[in-house]
Amino acid sequence: MPLMKVAGLDKEYVNEEVVTPVLHDISFSVEPGEFIAIMGPSGSGKSTLMHILGFLDRPSRGTYLFEGSDIAGFDDNKLARIRNEKVGFIFQSFNLLPRTTVLENVKLPLFYSKRKNHEPAAREALAAVGLTHRVDYFTNQISGGEKQRVAIARALVNNPSVIFADEPTGNLDSKSGNTVMRILQNLNDQGRTIILVTHELDTAEHAKRLIRIKDGTIVGDEKIQNRKVAEDSVQLVKNKE
Amino acid sequence: MNFLATIKLVIKTLLARKGRSFLTVLGIVIGVAGVIIIIALGAGAQSLVLSQISTLGANLVGVLPGKSDETGPPAFVFGVEVTTLTEEDAIALSDNSRVPHIQALSPYVRGTATVVWRDQNVDTNLTGVWATYPTVQSALVESGRFFDEREQSGGANVIVLGSEVKRLLFGDAGALGEVVKIKNVPFEVIAVMESIGSVAFENQDDTVLVPFVIAQRQILGINHAHFIRAKVDASENVDPTIEDMKVLLRERHGIKNPEEEDFSIRNAAEAIELLTTITNGLRLFLTAMAGTALVVGGIGIMNIMLVTVAERTREIGLRKALGATRGDVRNQFLFESSLITLLGGLIGIGTGAVISFLVALLARSFGYEWAYVISPTSVVLAVGVSVLTGVIFGLYPAFKAAKLNPIDALRYE
Repeated sequence: MPLMKVAGLDKEYVNEEVVTPVLHDISFSVEPGEFIAIMGPSGSGKSTLMHILGFLDRPSRGTYLFEGSDIAGFDDNKLARIRNEKVGFIFQSFNLLPRTTVLENVKLPLFYSKRKNHEPAAREALAAVGLTHRVDYFTNQISGGEKQRVAIARALVNNPSVIFADEPTGNLDSKSGNTVMRILQNLNDQGRTIILVTHELDTAEHAKRLIRIKDGTIVGDEKIQNRKVAEDSVQLVKNKE
Repeated sequence: MNFLATIKLVIKTLLARKGRSFLTVLGIVIGVAGVIIIIALGAGAQSLVLSQISTLGANLVGVLPGKSDETGPPAFVFGVEVTTLTEEDAIALSDNSRVPHIQALSPYVRGTATVVWRDQNVDTNLTGVWATYPTVQSALVESGRFFDEREQSGGANVIVLGSEVKRLLFGDAGALGEVVKIKNVPFEVIAVMESIGSVAFENQDDTVLVPFVIAQRQILGINHAHFIRAKVDASENVDPTIEDMKVLLRERHGIKNPEEEDFSIRNAAEAIELLTTITNGLRLFLTAMAGTALVVGGIGIMNIMLVTVAERTREIGLRKALGATRGDVRNQFLFESSLITLLGGLIGIGTGAVISFLVALLARSFGYEWAYVISPTSVVLAVGVSVLTGVIFGLYPAFKAAKLNPIDALRYE
């Protein structure tokens, strides 16, 4: 059973009776353990697609099966719970809470879950991104690359089925970006499904499969040959399980 | 999401914006302090009025010259001296066959006098009364004895000093048997009254008492009485006694139509009612003011919460993306607004309690019996009202936050 399966997916925005089509007839499946890059120029609809896949938005038409269930029947609270338990998000602009410690930020998703033992889970996630030495720092005291690694730890903390990364290296220098990609590859090596949204081929080539999107439709879906492997000196926990 | 964690989160958020939180809550502080002060002062004032009047005894009935509305002010308040009430009226009212329930009664004349003893002198109030005065006023003699019926009717030159007058003239020395002069007329001091402070808002210690006829004819040079006070034997007999007195006085004054009465009769219970009406009215007015302060404070809270929601749009979007439901977001902001008003309420209660205490101290320093009461009811009421204000005025911003679309919120700059 695929982890995610979309078929005939359309999305349009209606604003003052002006209909703006964004996505048209999108169909593909994602198997557990895949590392997919969704690539396209800005305005191509790739972020909208990610929002729909990540339960932040609903399709206008078409079906979306997640772990075999059609999400059309889920209400807002159910979607919130799936976002909390099944999905991790990494944003271009990090979106960490200001005036709050690294640890508190990583614990944030647990705040909305039924899980106990927040602290060990958060520390474990921080170890997975090599930030055990920054646990008690405030988010304004760490570098951009470290912020994004905190965001990755936050995405990991609930042990999600899939991680969405929206231009995760967009606001970073190349060295920090490289570290982030290495962490994502490392997580994928451990069996996590990762969906990366980017407009740069260079970044996209770190994934295993590339879906090209243009003007709201899929124009290419191929396995990446000569996949790039990010090398970095940051110490990571290799095998979590 | 659990309750404790939410409270912790909200406290942290509020502490991060201490200055703004305090300013936000100022309206609530003022409103709640107002409520506390009003309730405490109301209770204090009532205790004062009751103590003033009950010292006289609720069974006391007063006859004033001139017609007046029984709940309105008497004629003398407007500077009109009505001379229709006389000692003969008092004598007639003492007739137990006509007015059976009067226990004791006395006519009064009032004036001011300079009391001289050797080279000392004191300006004080002079009151002319019958020998029945101690019974009527429930007043006690500290030393000596009050003048008796014979001395009163015979017009003996005897005087009874209020404790304040005694202290000013004689200090610690004994006053009994000394001779003081008023308008060059010598009086023998036969008694000093016990200090009772102020009763019915008159300082009873700052006065001298002489036989009625002496004060009336010899010192003031008038033929009428200023008022008559009568003590009724039991409270249930007050109303029938007033009726008996009215019938008798109309008969004596040749009045047929009760509308044309040239006197009015009041009792202490009525006075209590009158004062209660006034204080209740005042309290209602002040409560309305405090309520207004709370509403204005509440609108301030709503305003600030709307600003907060707008400022934290990205945070709200993030929380939603990480799994917060609408309910979670709504509760977070509702907690925030009600916690801030609760804190405001607590500060207000403290402020109100301190101010009421200072007022009570001030009133006591003037010798009034002023109770300092912060009733548990008023505290519970204040806490309830402030939390309720936070919830009511926090609802709209909280629902606005809960409704935010996570994608729009995350994109918000």
